[in-house]
Amino acid sequence: MNWPALILSLRLALTVAAALLILGIPVAYWITFSHWRWKFLVEAVVALPLVLPPTVLGFYVLVAIGSRSPFGRWYQSWSGHGLPFTFEGLVLASVLYSLPFAVQPTAAAFALVDPNLINVSSILGASPWRTFYRVILPLSAGGVVTGVILSFAHTLGEFGVVLMVGGNIPGATQTISIAVYDQVQDLNFVAANHTALVLLAFSFITLSLTYALNRRIWAVWPMHQ
Amino acid sequence: MIADDRAGLDVGIRKRFAGGFTLAAEFRASAGITILFGPSGSGKTTLLKCVAGLERPDSGRVSLGPRVFFDSKQKIDVPVRERAIGYLFQSLALFPHLTVEGNVAYGLAHHPAELRRARMREILESFRVAHLATRKPGAISGGERQRVALARSLVTDPALLLLDEPLSALDALVKSKIIDDLRAWNASRNIPILYVTHSPAEAFALGERIVVLEAGGVLAQGTPQEVLAAPRHETVAQMAGFENIFDATVTAILEDHGTMRCRLGESTLELEVPLLWTEPGSATRVAIRAGDILVAKARPEGISARNRFQGTLLSLERRGVTVIATIDAGVRFEVHLTPNAIQALGLKAGQQVWLIVKTYSCHLVAVDSSQSTVHS
Repeated sequence: MNWPALILSLRLALTVAAALLILGIPVAYWITFSHWRWKFLVEAVVALPLVLPPTVLGFYVLVAIGSRSPFGRWYQSWSGHGLPFTFEGLVLASVLYSLPFAVQPTAAAFALVDPNLINVSSILGASPWRTFYRVILPLSAGGVVTGVILSFAHTLGEFGVVLMVGGNIPGATQTISIAVYDQVQDLNFVAANHTALVLLAFSFITLSLTYALNRRIWAVWPMHQ
Repeated sequence: MIADDRAGLDVGIRKRFAGGFTLAAEFRASAGITILFGPSGSGKTTLLKCVAGLERPDSGRVSLGPRVFFDSKQKIDVPVRERAIGYLFQSLALFPHLTVEGNVAYGLAHHPAELRRARMREILESFRVAHLATRKPGAISGGERQRVALARSLVTDPALLLLDEPLSALDALVKSKIIDDLRAWNASRNIPILYVTHSPAEAFALGERIVVLEAGGVLAQGTPQEVLAAPRHETVAQMAGFENIFDATVTAILEDHGTMRCRLGESTLELEVPLLWTEPGSATRVAIRAGDILVAKARPEGISARNRFQGTLLSLERRGVTVIATIDAGVRFEVHLTPNAIQALGLKAGQQVWLIVKTYSCHLVAVDSSQSTVHS
C-alpha cells in the first residue's frame, strides 16, 4: 500500500476543496446575479473542464505555468522555483479542473432563493453583503456543501491533469490514482488491488458521511424539506 | 383636514417594457390608506416596485414629502435600502430560516440590542403574535404569517407602507381584524399606505381613496363614491358591481342570528346584514350589487330573505339587455332587472314595490370614522 500517495491525494483534495469554497462562492454569486450581457461567455469558460479531456486542460495549464510564460517566469522569480511538477502547480490545475463542480451546485442554490426575500432584505435596509450572508448563504447551505464535497471527490479521483502538470514524483506529485496506474504497469496486481480498495473504501465512507451530515444541515432549513 | 400634508407621496412616472406595455401613472397618496385598484396586468405591482425602487422608471419623479426618491431630470435614484419604507409582498417573503423574532428584528440591525428588543416586543404585541416569537414561519398559520410580515415591515417605523394584495388569501373576519390593527397602528403615525388589490370588495372595505389603474394608466382617483360617479369605464364598471353603496350606522347586534342591523344613511331604513366585528353605533358601509336585489309587487311571504321593505319606483331605464330601476326606499337603490321581468310584473314609474335583499347580499365593511374625517 502506497501511503505517501494516499496522504498526498488527501492533502491535495482538501486544499482544492478549501480553495474552491473561497473562490467558488463569489464566482457563483456573480454568475447568478450579474446582468452583464456577455455573462454567458464566463459561464462557458467555467464549464469548460466538464467537457475538455483532462490532458488538454493539463497541457494548457502546463504551458501557462511553464518558464516560457510571463506568469511562470513571475512565479519563478517570486518563489524561487517553478510551478510545473510541484504540489502548488497541482493545486492550481486542480482548482481550475474542479471549478464547475463547486460553482454549479452553488449557483443553482443561489438562483433558487426567492428574489422577494432578497428584495425584502434591501427594503429592510440591509446592504448587499448583509443580504448575502444573512439570507442568500444560509438558504443555499445545501448547495454550497454539495459543491465542496463534489470538488473534494472530483480532485481525489483525478488522473489526467495530475499526470500532465505534476508528473509522477513520489512524495511530491504522485497521487493515489497515479500510484494505482504505476502498480498496474508493473503488473503488481496485488498492490494495485490494495491501493484501489483503500481509495474506494475511503471515498465511499467520506461521501456517505458528508451526505448524511448534509441531510442534517438541510433539515435545519425548512425551505428545503 | 390633513394634519401633515408634507408627508404625502407624489408619483408621476413612465416606464416602457419590452412587450409594449407602458406604465404611465400619476397620483398622490396622503396619510391614510389609498387603494391601488385594477385588474391583473394593469401594472399595480410594477407601480409599487417603482415607488419602492425595486424597478427603475424611465422618467418621472417619486417623492415622499420633502424626500425625493427618484427624479430622472435631477438624476436622483435613492437605493432601495435608503428609502426607509415598508413593503409587504403578496407572498409575504418571510425568511424561512429565521424565527418570527429573527424576521422582525432583521430591519433593526443598526439599533442597540436593548432598543431592538423593546421595539420588537412592542410590535409583536400590537399585532398579537408575541407568543410565536421563537417559531419559524413554516410552523405558524397563514393569518399569523400575515401578521408577522406586517409587523416586520412596520417595526422599522417606515414613512410609507406599500402592501401588495397582502390579505387576498384570508377570510373576511381575519382580514378585517388585521386591518383594524393596521389602522390602530397608523392612527398615531399617519403615514401614507398604498394598498394594492384587484378585489372590489376589499377596495370598498378600506377605501378612503381609490386610484383605479388600467393598462398601465390611472383611470380615475378619488373617494369610492367619486370614482363610481365617474364615467363608466370597464374597470370602474367592474368595481361598480356594487352599484349600491351606503354609509350606515350599526343599530343592533343579533349575535345568535349571526347578523346585525344597520340604519342606512339619514333614512329610517334598517337592513339585517352579516355580523362583523363592529359595535352598535359604529359607522359602516354597506355595498349591494344591483343584480342581487329582488323586486316584488306585493309583500312577499314565506321567504328566507331577512330584508323586505317598500319603496317607490322612480324610473326605469333600458341599457342594453338590462333595465335599470331606481327605487326610493328612504335611500335610493339601483336595481338591475331583465326586460322580461319588467313586462311580467307590469312595472311602471311611480308604483309602490317591495324590495328583497338577502343578508349575505349585503357586503358590510368597517370604516374608521377618525380616518375618514381626516380626508373629508
